[in-house]
Amino acid sequence: MFKLLKNLIKEPMFVIGSVLFLTTILAGLIGPYLYAAVPDGGPYERPGSMYWLGTDNLGQDYVALLLRGLQNSLYVGFMAGVIATTIGTLVGLFAGFKGGIIDDILNMFTNLFIVIPSFVVLVLVSASWSGGRSLTLIAVLIGLTTWPWTARSVRAQAASLRGRDHISLARINGASNLQIIFKHILPYLASYVFMVFIMQVASGILSESAISMIGLGPIGDSPSLGVILNTAKNQSAITYGYWWGIFPAAIVITVIVFALYLLNNSMEGVFNPRLRK
Amino acid sequence: MPSNIIFSAKDISKFFGHGKKRVCAVKKVSFDIADGEIVSIVGGSGCGKSVLAKIMLGLYSPDSGSFQYKGKPITNTRDHWNEVQSVFQDPFGCFNQFFSIRTQLKDAFGILKDKPSKQNIEKRVDEALLAVNVKPSDIEGKYPFELSGGQMQRMLLARIFALKPKVLIADEPTSMVDACVRANILDYLMKLKAELGMTIIFVTHDIGLAYYVSDRIFIMHEAEIVEAGKPEEVTQHPKSQHTIRLLEDIPDINREWIKK
Repeated sequence: MFKLLKNLIKEPMFVIGSVLFLTTILAGLIGPYLYAAVPDGGPYERPGSMYWLGTDNLGQDYVALLLRGLQNSLYVGFMAGVIATTIGTLVGLFAGFKGGIIDDILNMFTNLFIVIPSFVVLVLVSASWSGGRSLTLIAVLIGLTTWPWTARSVRAQAASLRGRDHISLARINGASNLQIIFKHILPYLASYVFMVFIMQVASGILSESAISMIGLGPIGDSPSLGVILNTAKNQSAITYGYWWGIFPAAIVITVIVFALYLLNNSMEGVFNPRLRK
Repeated sequence: MPSNIIFSAKDISKFFGHGKKRVCAVKKVSFDIADGEIVSIVGGSGCGKSVLAKIMLGLYSPDSGSFQYKGKPITNTRDHWNEVQSVFQDPFGCFNQFFSIRTQLKDAFGILKDKPSKQNIEKRVDEALLAVNVKPSDIEGKYPFELSGGQMQRMLLARIFALKPKVLIADEPTSMVDACVRANILDYLMKLKAELGMTIIFVTHDIGLAYYVSDRIFIMHEAEIVEAGKPEEVTQHPKSQHTIRLLEDIPDINREWIKK
């Protein structure tokens, strides 16, 4: 474990990714409580000493909005990531380990989800949802539509482990199927599943922003980064030259996703012996 | 041949894959193995010897034919593994890298019907380690990746000394270790046979090794047993062309390998 951390710290990509990601996490978690929002001003006031990033169409301070939006987007990303990774990992593990007819059925089910465009499903469900769209609902919908890729890749890894001697030895030691899956297969895939989780979080944040941009994101008092972009788009902020309505939120989304990609790539370099320097 | 048969196979076959990719790994194989025998299954890579060993171990079921252990088909694998255990080929691949060796040796007792007390398990693990000339303190807190290939193979044999099964299926236990360790492993196998009266199925590609340790030798080629008999019969009066080839391929220090 210590050696792994030592190898990770040597990776510049990991250091940059971690610093960027931890900064955004801290900003999202404690920023909204530490930053004292400036009282509302006029609509779309330019960035200056009073409003560092200007104001929105309702005169609200953009820094305060961004911090809350960041918190909400991270919540959606993490929750979607947890749901997609858990479902995908469990389906992949059982399919890969059991093989035969169970593998065929689970594979067919996974492929069925893969061929249906997940974003279209997300749009259709969000648009037809009658009971108000909360952040949690959007996160659950994203999680439920993005798990198949995880399932597919975990299945391939689990199937390759199934025939190994340590699994045969666990069997003749009397280990149950669940013990074999969680004690003898999952630990070997832990680093891989963690990398998949990071990508699922990034994908969750991007999906939420995309669906919010087209006006089907969460509805409520507390906006996400996507909702901030949607509001600016609806007010034709760019057309009127109110660049601060779009760019700061877009840059924050880019920074989070970029940080997650860097973390994922640097981990691959450490976990995959072929890529290790 | 002794009359107390423990393994009895009649025309067993095993296939893998479907359709055009269907491969026959074991083809209409028949044999009887008596209690206390050491039988070697010898053959080249991919001849089906490991699949046959796994059928005997109960990890695979034959697709056709009849296979019995002590006169009954294997229906309850837990009961089967209570009496029939195995040592596999790759000593590093056999142990889970995430748990200590001692923990995994103790886990092995999970298969026993009469599971000993925790204290007794610790004692039996210590005794088993000493039986393969390893001080228990030497592996305390150690993980599989911290030991050498020879040490790991001894850990696999320690597991057998701890469990004391009636039958041991040793699937190429010497193929990944050097000559000195190979001699040690064969000594331990003989010790298991002498001390516990164990029946041993020794799977190997080395007919020379099989000659020294076995009561009988089965020669396998392309999923079939092409010849079976006592070591002297098989090695001195081989009937199958494949056996002759295996005998010719035994390394000889005086042989001129590259003929001019």
